[in-house]
Amino acid sequence: MQVALMIPCYVDLFYPEVGVATLELLEKLKVDVVYPFDQTCCGQPMANSGCYEEAQATEELFIQNFSAFDHIVTPSGSCTHHLRNKFTAAPDSPERRKISASVYDLVEFLHDVLQVREFPGTEFKHKVALHTSCSAIRGIGLASMSERVHDPKFSKPKQLLERVPGIEFVDFERPDECCGFGGSFSVTEEAVAAQMGYDKVEFMRKASADYIVSSDMSCLMHLQGCSSRLGTNLKVLHIAQILNGVTQ
Amino acid sequence: MSIVDQAENAAEFINDRTHEQHLDQLLWMLRTRRDEAASRVPEWEQLRDLASQIKEHTLSNLAHYLEMFESRAKANGVTVHWAPDAHEHNQIVHQLLSDRKVDELIKSKSMLTEECDTRRFLEERGVRVSETDLGERIQQLDDQPPSHIVGPAWHKTTQDIANVFAKAYGSDKEKADPVYLAHVMRQNTRPLIERARAGMTGANFAVAETGAIVTVTNEGNADLSGNVPELRICSVGLEKIIPRNEDLAVFIRLLTRSATGNSITQYTSHFRAPRKNGEMHIILVDNGRSSRLGMEKFWPSLKCIRCAACMNTCPVYRRSGGLSYGSTYMGPIGIIMMPTFDIRRYSELPFSSTLNGSCTNVCPVKINIHEQIYAWREVMEEKHQINLVKKSAMIVAGKVLSNPTLYRMAGDTMEASLKVLPRFAIYNQLNAWGQHRDIPPPAKETFHDWYKKHRSQAT
Amino acid sequence: MNFRDTILENVRNNQPSARELPAIPKFHSEQPVDLKKQFTAALKELYGEVVTEPPADLKTFLKERFPSAKTICSTVPEYTGNSRPEDFARWSDAGSIDVTIVRSPLGVAETGSVLFSEEEFRVNTIGFLAHDIVILLDPAEIVENIHDAYCHPHLLDKAYSMLMSGPSGSADIGGITVHPAQGVMTLTVIFWPGAQSETTQTD
Repeated sequence: MQVALMIPCYVDLFYPEVGVATLELLEKLKVDVVYPFDQTCCGQPMANSGCYEEAQATEELFIQNFSAFDHIVTPSGSCTHHLRNKFTAAPDSPERRKISASVYDLVEFLHDVLQVREFPGTEFKHKVALHTSCSAIRGIGLASMSERVHDPKFSKPKQLLERVPGIEFVDFERPDECCGFGGSFSVTEEAVAAQMGYDKVEFMRKASADYIVSSDMSCLMHLQGCSSRLGTNLKVLHIAQILNGVTQ
Repeated sequence: MSIVDQAENAAEFINDRTHEQHLDQLLWMLRTRRDEAASRVPEWEQLRDLASQIKEHTLSNLAHYLEMFESRAKANGVTVHWAPDAHEHNQIVHQLLSDRKVDELIKSKSMLTEECDTRRFLEERGVRVSETDLGERIQQLDDQPPSHIVGPAWHKTTQDIANVFAKAYGSDKEKADPVYLAHVMRQNTRPLIERARAGMTGANFAVAETGAIVTVTNEGNADLSGNVPELRICSVGLEKIIPRNEDLAVFIRLLTRSATGNSITQYTSHFRAPRKNGEMHIILVDNGRSSRLGMEKFWPSLKCIRCAACMNTCPVYRRSGGLSYGSTYMGPIGIIMMPTFDIRRYSELPFSSTLNGSCTNVCPVKINIHEQIYAWREVMEEKHQINLVKKSAMIVAGKVLSNPTLYRMAGDTMEASLKVLPRFAIYNQLNAWGQHRDIPPPAKETFHDWYKKHRSQAT
Repeated sequence: MNFRDTILENVRNNQPSARELPAIPKFHSEQPVDLKKQFTAALKELYGEVVTEPPADLKTFLKERFPSAKTICSTVPEYTGNSRPEDFARWSDAGSIDVTIVRSPLGVAETGSVLFSEEEFRVNTIGFLAHDIVILLDPAEIVENIHDAYCHPHLLDKAYSMLMSGPSGSADIGGITVHPAQGVMTLTVIFWPGAQSETTQTD
């Protein structure tokens, strides 16, 4: 199977190791990975600010780079949510619609498409606070939502991570409360964003977590910043890194 | 009026650690209680669907139901007035009082009267207005607007309230005990209620088939305000109409559970006709509702039944405090309603959100709140309500991110990337990220660089 | 055009496209429900109390429960108090009542609510200005849920009708529910079949 790999702009620039882990993991699973070199961004930062005109050229570039592919995989729930559900800055076209229908978050892709249930050679002997982003939960359905009390409880990222020997999940308060990143919110409402991040880090610390793990590096970037500012020892890792065999 | 800077107000609130933690914990407790209550009703999601459908049906036939309501109410001996806006509403109220030479009014909680600023209008004309709802009374005595639509004084600690009552009533400031304070309230409000000749309430619902208005309270103050005085005035927003008692049952089952987690409030009251020897007036108020009805993306906000579940779950509201929004309605529902009242003053509210979507999930009438917040951002942009610094940052971002070469150049040096990438997000200071958080550690190379080196494939 | 017509015209012009009114199910439990038990539990959560049998001597019961009560306003044949609703020509005077005794025609198991209207109260304020309230309820008149309750004719044709669920309370201070607030201090429901053959107990 061939997939086009989409690496979010902030992963490209700040956390390339997450991109590398994603690529290596897919290759291990015998996926033929193509990386369109001229890719930049999905357009979310501009669109989320209501600036559709400014998002348009970026989204058109995305369409140019990716519309030839039947599967686009990205290690980001928020980019996936945007591309699947809010990708409307460029004019409607069969190519634009194809993108929305073809994009997958990495966890979705592994869990639903490849249906991977084993990760041989992996090990992670640590206590993990699993954080799933709001885009991932409420946008693309990676896990059940705490508000919907009658829905069966599930978590695709957890189901994947459970196959990694040694992992211990800790239960912490308010598990699916937003971490406070929210894109540009993290800077425009800086005080609230930081307080939300501090509170979440504190809940995780109280639960004795060693690592915060998520399928969204944007949340982790924010939580890492809060965690180190608070002086807690919590480290962050993207799920791709653990599934790809990182041990610490 | 100037633009509300919710972010700055929120930052101030957060600096007050005692009050921020108090509010955050109180409201999260209510969210938890709401979850517990919902889990005891197996048909909860079905009730939400029904509630949403009933409201959408009613709003799509609103004129018909308004006329039905009016004709039934009139047949019941009720006088029905129509107010196109807040000013006219206030004038009608004042006229009713002055015609009967009444200069004292008791009222129970009504967000509509907050919206119309009725109390101030009447007080300026010599009418003494006393709130009988405990939360509203606390805020009235403290000269503050309500901070939450269900618990107007929830942002205050018990000590704060003891201080307010000590100042107003001479009660014991040291006794920061809710039971004691409720007694103080009762003692001081009873005489007002007993001598009142005019009472004013809002309405949670107005039932078209009966012409009755419905109030949902815990204290009984709407029943007191509605039954004790001879003159009873009721302010009803157009969107409060629902077709039948059978429909009302659905909302009664959802409302209190969503708001506080109790199965029902102490008093669910239906006022269909004036009391013996009394008169009853209903004022149907538009104040922008009929216009909002025609807004394709935003009319579903009219389904709101004022439960405030969205506020309780909103992580931003809980840490900002309701007063930070500078508006009658706050939190998620406030963000999508307030721009219809004043698009300029509330132009920044749609950005006081992380778009996490929890609000939409708890809304008993299934308003797609977070989607409407997102849609308002585009409206603000179109109507040039986005501030210039933000706009120019977006223009730069748009240029860089749509040009692969420019983008890769910007990523080549860490310094450059820190300037470019956060710039589209930073509107005030370059180091705003760094005020409360550590900046991400610099990467040695970008993923693009790594790929070029290790995979040598280029499409 | 007057305000009414302008508003209605604006509404008509702006109404979204027509949507159907859904049918509302009754949501009755598939398992048999012990209505008395559920009513009692629900009312307890709202700080009301249930007495499951008519007391042998209502006068003694009231003296024990409300030792300092002087003015007892009764509307029920089962007990003659020392005042009646008609004694309170000024409705606000009902504040002098210590205990109101009244019968409710309907209880709701889901929420522990009891139904009232001007028919039961005669002077509505005896229901909330009194210090305490004692409610006689025939357990055969307990319905399962709120959907059932809204079928009662009182809610259709009375000038004032109300579902009372526990004594008055408020959660306005710190979100903690305290009792009482503006209305009655305590609420007691006595399961009392509505047969008229009961001897009247007098004060």
